[in-house]
Amino acid sequence: MEEILISVVQRTLVAGTPLLLGTVGEIISERSGILNLGVEGVMAVGAVTAFIVTHHTGNPWLGLCAAIIAGMLISMVHAFASVSLQSNQVVSGLALTMLGLGVAGLLGKPYVGKPLAIKINAMPIPILSDIPWVGPVFFNQSPFFYMAVLLAIGTWFLLEHTLLGIRIRSTGENPKATETQGVNVSMVRYLSVITGGGFSAMAGAHLSISYSKSWIEGMTAGRGWIVIALTIFALWNPMRAVVGAFLFGGIFVLQYMLQPLGISPNFLAMLPYMATLLVLLVGGLRDSRRLNAPAMLAEPYRRGDR
Amino acid sequence: MIHFKVSDREQISAIGTILTLVLALAAGMAAIGLIFILCNVNPIFAFRKIFSGSFGSIYGFKETLTKAIPLILIGGGLAVVFKAKFWNIGAESQLLMGAIFGTWVGLHWGPVLPSPIIVPLMFFAGFIGGAFWGLIPAILKLRFSINEVISTLMLNYICAEFLTLLIVGPWKSKKKFGFPYTDDLPDSAILSLLPGSRIHTATLILAVISVVVLAIVIYKTRFGYEVRVIGENPDAAKYAGIDFSRTTILIMVISGGMAGLAGVGEVAGIHHYLSYPDSISSGYGFTAIIVAWLAKLNPIYVIFSGIFFAGILVGGDAIQISLGLPAATVDVFNGTLLIFLIMGDFFTKNKVRLLLKERA
Repeated sequence: MEEILISVVQRTLVAGTPLLLGTVGEIISERSGILNLGVEGVMAVGAVTAFIVTHHTGNPWLGLCAAIIAGMLISMVHAFASVSLQSNQVVSGLALTMLGLGVAGLLGKPYVGKPLAIKINAMPIPILSDIPWVGPVFFNQSPFFYMAVLLAIGTWFLLEHTLLGIRIRSTGENPKATETQGVNVSMVRYLSVITGGGFSAMAGAHLSISYSKSWIEGMTAGRGWIVIALTIFALWNPMRAVVGAFLFGGIFVLQYMLQPLGISPNFLAMLPYMATLLVLLVGGLRDSRRLNAPAMLAEPYRRGDR
Repeated sequence: MIHFKVSDREQISAIGTILTLVLALAAGMAAIGLIFILCNVNPIFAFRKIFSGSFGSIYGFKETLTKAIPLILIGGGLAVVFKAKFWNIGAESQLLMGAIFGTWVGLHWGPVLPSPIIVPLMFFAGFIGGAFWGLIPAILKLRFSINEVISTLMLNYICAEFLTLLIVGPWKSKKKFGFPYTDDLPDSAILSLLPGSRIHTATLILAVISVVVLAIVIYKTRFGYEVRVIGENPDAAKYAGIDFSRTTILIMVISGGMAGLAGVGEVAGIHHYLSYPDSISSGYGFTAIIVAWLAKLNPIYVIFSGIFFAGILVGGDAIQISLGLPAATVDVFNGTLLIFLIMGDFFTKNKVRLLLKERA
């Protein structure tokens, strides 16, 4: 029993890791006022890039770096459209998702079904991992898990307690006033979207070189969209994102646990998506006032506009 | 020093609009060519294959028209909701729900009712199915302020699993050698085809009539005016006493319902039974988003943009077979063209001048 419980919690954290990475990235972007619906596509690009580079170099860490760079590059498409061209961010984000999924499918075609010889394995932390219960659950995880949690805490600190964080947030709340303070609003938004893209790509890399060690089309399976919902659930706060992401990780694990009980696998596969709706439903009931979203979220800003 | 000066453009001529569209599409094609080169695909060969596959032969063009049917139906509905800035990304599953409802009616009453009764009944059921699935996100938004992009997407996944659940479980045919398909629709419930093609004429006519009616509704009626005001200036709509909830619900009934009609057309015209979600619809619900956008959200233009993107779908199939490319190739087309289309919008909305002297 004890072993099962430990394994369940451990797998929950693994399943929640890409969700956390993606959500923290989206929070940065949305806090600066840019809604990025391209997460799903950027994740796919990250996953395929990490896989291909790891496949050829035999070094998964190099694969991770390449994935982050690729994710940042492709996110620039959305940054350019939404910041420089003041396009509709919903449409631009959708376009990024389609482009990302398409490019990933095209690049990854020759690699479908080829397993990697090496992947990023669990990395037990000395001493801490020997603690009973807590050790195996929290300190014998993939490095992606440690990175996700540290990045979430770091992003929280950045947003709430640093000058740069104040600038990012005020860019999303009142870009005009921010600009009069001498802050380059466009630059802040560009950097936020691109950084967010890097996070999403890391999430994708986790799927292809750590969670599994293979690439198949559609392996992101809607996680990018769940991330968008989690961002709302987290009320744009990275610390709440930790809770939300691992809650959802639990639902992914539950899916596999309930299967032997004879429940239809198709029904179980609906669970994460139904849970997303439920979570937003509860959020909508709880906050009859506005959800505290960045005031200028998804509103294009042009210098000199009144 | 070279720099750009951007200012509002008050008005743009029709020729200007068309020119921007054509230039945006051309630039998009160039970008797609570049992506092909980066992915080790000969772009000239790929383009030639795509357009000769879809528009270059009678057979190809018939296929293109076949795939244009659902795109026109869905794109017309999306043009209306997008006008009100309600982002329905769930047409894919509204189509599936329509297919499920329509198939149920066809399987149950097809054997006892004659064709002229059962076919309209199936379309009606499909409309109801799609509208029902489209109403959920509308209500979620109105009552619980849930973002419709998220809810429609989640409903896509849920509906796809629900359809799979039906065909592997209760609806599974006993005559299909264990394949996860439903029984075949009875003959009376099957749409007749244009000879020598897979064009199901009833749905094609329905699609063209629907978008013409929608265009009249949008541009000539008070309701259509309200839809446009809500999208362009929600504050003004509030002060003008426009009922936001009622309008949102109605446009989602229209949009979901039209996707549902498309679903019935696909099952009754082409497949004749329900099978896996991605064989019932090859991403029509998503491609239709770009169809609506290319048509500048005008339901009439949806006919032409629908045929254009249907051509890309058919050509995409052709290069999948001949070049061994993955299904995602079509996503590359869709995504890139959409990006260039919204970039083109920037130039129709703004006057951009290139200045070659010092910044004042």
